[in-house]
This record gives sequence, C-alpha cells and structure tokens, in this order.
Amino acid sequence: MLADKDRIFTNLYGLQDPGLEAAKKRGQWDNTKAILAMGPEAIVDIMKRSGLRGRGGAGFPTGLKWSFMPKEVKERPHYLVVNADESEPGTCKDRDIMRHDPHTLVEGCLVASFAMRANACYIYVRGEFIREREALQRAVDEAYAAKLIGKNNIHGWDFDLYVHHGAGAYICGEETALLESLEGKKGQPRLKPPFPANVGLYGCPTTVNNVESIAVAPTIIRRGADWFAAIGRPNNTGTKVFSISGHVNKPCNVEEEMGIPLRELIDKHCGGVRGGWDNLLAVIPGGASVPLIPKNICDDILMDFDSLKAQQTGLGTAAVIVMDKSTDVVKAIQRLSYFYKHESCGQCTPCREGTGWMWRVLTRMVKGNSTSAEIDLLQEVSKEIEGHTICALGDAAAWPVQGLIRHFRPEIERRIAEFNKVAAE
Amino acid sequence: MSLRRLAPPDVQPASFAFNSDNAKWAEATIAKYPAGRQASAVIPLLWRGQEQEGWVTHPMIESIARMLGMPFIRVLEVATFYTMFNLEPVGDHLVQVCTTTPCWLRGSDAVVEACKKHIHPHQKTVSADGKLSWMEVECLGACANAPMLQIGSDYYEDLTGPATEQMIADLRAGKPVKPGPINGRRSSEPEGGALTLTEKSLYDGSIVGKHKPVPPPPPPESKKPGAA
Repeated sequence: MLADKDRIFTNLYGLQDPGLEAAKKRGQWDNTKAILAMGPEAIVDIMKRSGLRGRGGAGFPTGLKWSFMPKEVKERPHYLVVNADESEPGTCKDRDIMRHDPHTLVEGCLVASFAMRANACYIYVRGEFIREREALQRAVDEAYAAKLIGKNNIHGWDFDLYVHHGAGAYICGEETALLESLEGKKGQPRLKPPFPANVGLYGCPTTVNNVESIAVAPTIIRRGADWFAAIGRPNNTGTKVFSISGHVNKPCNVEEEMGIPLRELIDKHCGGVRGGWDNLLAVIPGGASVPLIPKNICDDILMDFDSLKAQQTGLGTAAVIVMDKSTDVVKAIQRLSYFYKHESCGQCTPCREGTGWMWRVLTRMVKGNSTSAEIDLLQEVSKEIEGHTICALGDAAAWPVQGLIRHFRPEIERRIAEFNKVAAE
Repeated sequence: MSLRRLAPPDVQPASFAFNSDNAKWAEATIAKYPAGRQASAVIPLLWRGQEQEGWVTHPMIESIARMLGMPFIRVLEVATFYTMFNLEPVGDHLVQVCTTTPCWLRGSDAVVEACKKHIHPHQKTVSADGKLSWMEVECLGACANAPMLQIGSDYYEDLTGPATEQMIADLRAGKPVKPGPINGRRSSEPEGGALTLTEKSLYDGSIVGKHKPVPPPPPPESKKPGAA
C-alpha cells in the first residue's frame, strides 16, 4: 500500500482546510519560484522523465504533450486549458481535487502555463459542479490576493487564471469539443489535424490537460522525476486517484500506486466486494467507456494502462465500477448505451444513429426479445461505429457493448432461449 | 442526442432583463475573455439568466444575443444543446436524480420511485402544489457517493428510498435540508472513517522546504556529424 508520505492529494477527503494557509502547510506553493527558475525546458524534461501519463483517460504522456507547444511565442498567444469537465460515469476524482485540494491545481496551472509559455489559462468545470466551481474560484481569488498569480506576481511570470463552466454535456470532455464550448458554441468536436497545440483556443496554440495531470505536476517537480517514476511499474508510473463505486462495502476515492492489484484495491480500501470476493460478477475498471472484465480476470489483474490493455480493456480514468452476482449485467450495459445515446453530439452519422440503435437492441436483449444472429449483428454494428467518427465517443459507446458480448454472450443467449420458450408456449 | 425545443409562445414571458447585480456580474464575466471573443461568455450568461428566472426563455436568448453581439440562432443553438438549460418552467425545487449505471447499481430506482410517489408520476412535470418537479439526469460525477441527486447547486448523496421521501417532505414543508452524504460521511472517504491520509506529519507544516526542486542533468553532448 502506498505510504501517506507519498500521496500528492493530502486533503482528498476535505478533512483539512482547503484554504491557502493550510495548503501551504501541506507543502503546496513551497518555493514555486525555484521551479520556475529552472526554465521551461527543464520542467518539460522532468515531466517527461517522470513518466506521467495523462490522467483524463487516454494516458498520453503529459511531458510529451507539453513539448508539442511552439518553443517561442509569436503573434498568437499560448493557452493552457484545464479539462475539469469530469463526466465519465464512475469518475469522481477531479471533483475532490477541486473542492478539497484546489491549490494543487492552481499551482499546477501556473507551472504548466510557464512551461508552455502561456500567460493565460482557463479551467473548464462541468456545469453541474457548482459548489466545486465556487471552491476553486475561492482558491484562485486567494492566489491572486497573495500575488502568487496575476500581473506582477511574486513568481515573475504574468499569469491570469479564469474559471469557466459548461452546462451539462458529456461531449465537452473531448478536448476539441471543450474548446468549441469555451468559444461559446455547441460542443461538437473538431476534425484533427490541426491539433490544438497548433490551432486550439481562439485559433492559438493550446494544450488541454486533465485536472489531475496538472495538479500533480508541482509535486513531481519538487520531489523529482525519479521519485515519481519509482512508484508503480515501468511505463505506468506514479500515483493515481481511483474512484471505486458500485457493489463494494465501502465505496470511496483513494490515491494509490499505479499497478496495484484490483483485488487489493477493493479489499484494502473498500471493505471488499459486497458478499465477498466470490460474489463478484464483473468490474468496469476505467469508467463507462472501457469494456468490463469478468471475475476470473479480476482475480489477478493489475490496475495500470498496460495490464488492462492486455485484457482488451483500459485504465481510462481509473473509475472502478464493481458489479456483484445480483447484477443484471445486460441492463447495466444497456443503461450505459442509453447514456451514450443521450450524450452523442449528433455530428457524425455512425455515432448519432448507432448509439440509439445499439440502445434499442440492448433494451430488447435485457428481456431476451432477440435472436442469436442479432448478437452478431450488434457486434458488427458496434465495429462499424468504432473508429468511424470524428471523436472517441463512438468508440466509447461501442466498447462496453463489445465487452458484454465478449464475456457474457452465454447470458444473453440464455435470456433469448428463455424468452422464446415462453413465447412459444 | 436529445430533442429540445423552446417552450410554446403562450408560456413565454414578454421580456427579459438582468437585475442590476447580475448585469454588473455579466459585464465582469465578459471581460474574462479576450477582446472580440465575448461569445465565450454565452454559457455563463445563460446560466445566470436561468438562476434569475428559473428557466431559459425566448426573450432571454434574444437579450443575451444582443449583449454578446451574436446572432439569435447561435445562442438558441447553445441553449438547446446543453441539457442543464431548462427550456420550460420548473418547480421551485427541481430534483435531478442520477440514474446512470454507478447510481443504478446502488439503488437509484428507489430514489426515482420516491420522486414518482411524492412529486409526480411523470418526470419534468411540476407537482400539483407547484413546489417540486423531478427529472432523471445522466452521471453527475459523485459515483463514490451513489445514489445521489442534485437540487439547485447542491448534491445530496448516499441516499435511500426512505431518505429521499423524507427530503421531499422537508422541501415541501419549507424545512432546510442538509447537502452532502446523509450517512455521516464527510465526503468520498470510506464509510466509517478515512483509512489513508491519517499521518499527522502531513499537516503540521514539517513538509515545507523538505523537497528542493533539482534541475535535470544536462542532456549528453551529442556528437556533431563528421566530428572525430
């Protein structure tokens, strides 16, 4: 188990004061000037060597992403945009960072913006997080008042930080949809290229990072890339905030080492699966978008990007949704399909039409009102959606369905047989 | 996608104007964005308008379009795209119940039943006394505290059917209801108390100055092509 001294978010649960003075005592804003004094290249280099992979779901190396920004500012200003549109079902980690440990994020925004030569940063908070937005704004105001950020601040890098918000659209968690939304439009993703590092917010070079990726940066730089890289496993380094929900005895958020065994995570931190480990049916290991894994895989799987990828699923946002044997697993996935149908932005036909189609078919399959051939058709249609849309929402809608068919096809077949038997009588 | 239209004309009010506080606030909000990019403020302004009026009205969209120098259709697009904008009048208390899988697994059906029984059998319909309405919403991002619902700015977490019934009764009676988890948790720590972050030295200031940022070693000298 990760030791408390190696945890970055030491006020994750809000048991301490989120204010500036208490945050300083917890080690935030500790000699930030010395960090900036190293210069942008050194900061990006440390981030690269720490092995930090983006915490928003895709796991792209953060240091590498930062290095894509132009090395000098020409006529177009640079922007950092922080993605706080946390909406992936199962995920509730950024919420706790914003409401309880907001200064990790505010300091991270300054450091990351300096490393990418940006003088302004927008934090895009999902619309529903109203109290979280207020808590974050309080921290920003405190930082301005203490001259930690703003014009002529004590760190010598003019920096403005703005808290912006959405109004209920999952798709705005996609980085280009987020930029569209921030520009005051419908949140419909942009075609890439050009990538945001070249043409982003207001047509200017922009980097979009997840809250957790930005909030861990100052601590990584302060304690050194080697410290962070020594936690976890190669290519899957560092600590990670896991959100565990569903059928465990004590659902919670917890910051743990990357690569912790799933079973240890559930048994140590969540009081075990409801009814014991043997009562486990399946786990969605990384938020609604990733395929579920049945108990036999859960027995010894490690919670990191590469281990989960090897089992045809993913770490995603590390939102672990646990389902015990009482779960109607087809209904659980059908509900997720409804989510994607509801949240599709409507721009690309395969997603707009396909998400609704998959939901309707799955709704019948919950009752067994289907045929075996239709399971094959569902699989085929999901493959036609995957990879044929501008953004990854199409993929995200297809994967849970594919996971269901991969691991629970016999259960769907059983329901079909039963339904047809009753219908024939 | 969900099909969303403005309320019919007979429901729409004749006009809209921000009150003086909100007008001042709107000015400051528009200033957060670079010159010529004032359209960025459209969501915050619509949201503040909804907070003032309870829902987004046709005259409100026209007024905000004028304030931001945007065509009416662009603001209409935004109002209909983002699902937090209520396009029809709602009850004094709009109860938004999360029913996505993580909440459903923990019993959101019972929360929905309580709303059906004590508010209205149909969602998005104002109760007979005009005080409450309810609706199902997608994941609100408090999954470790499922099932949960949102009323106004606050989350109510770790609910059960009976607890929801009690909450609805209290709202109806005008009694205050306490936001957050109802089962004694502070936030997202495991029930019964945090198992981590218990080390006292994290909070006594002893960490300050302990870790000094060290610049990385310079990259190894790469040999120039042709050099010996």
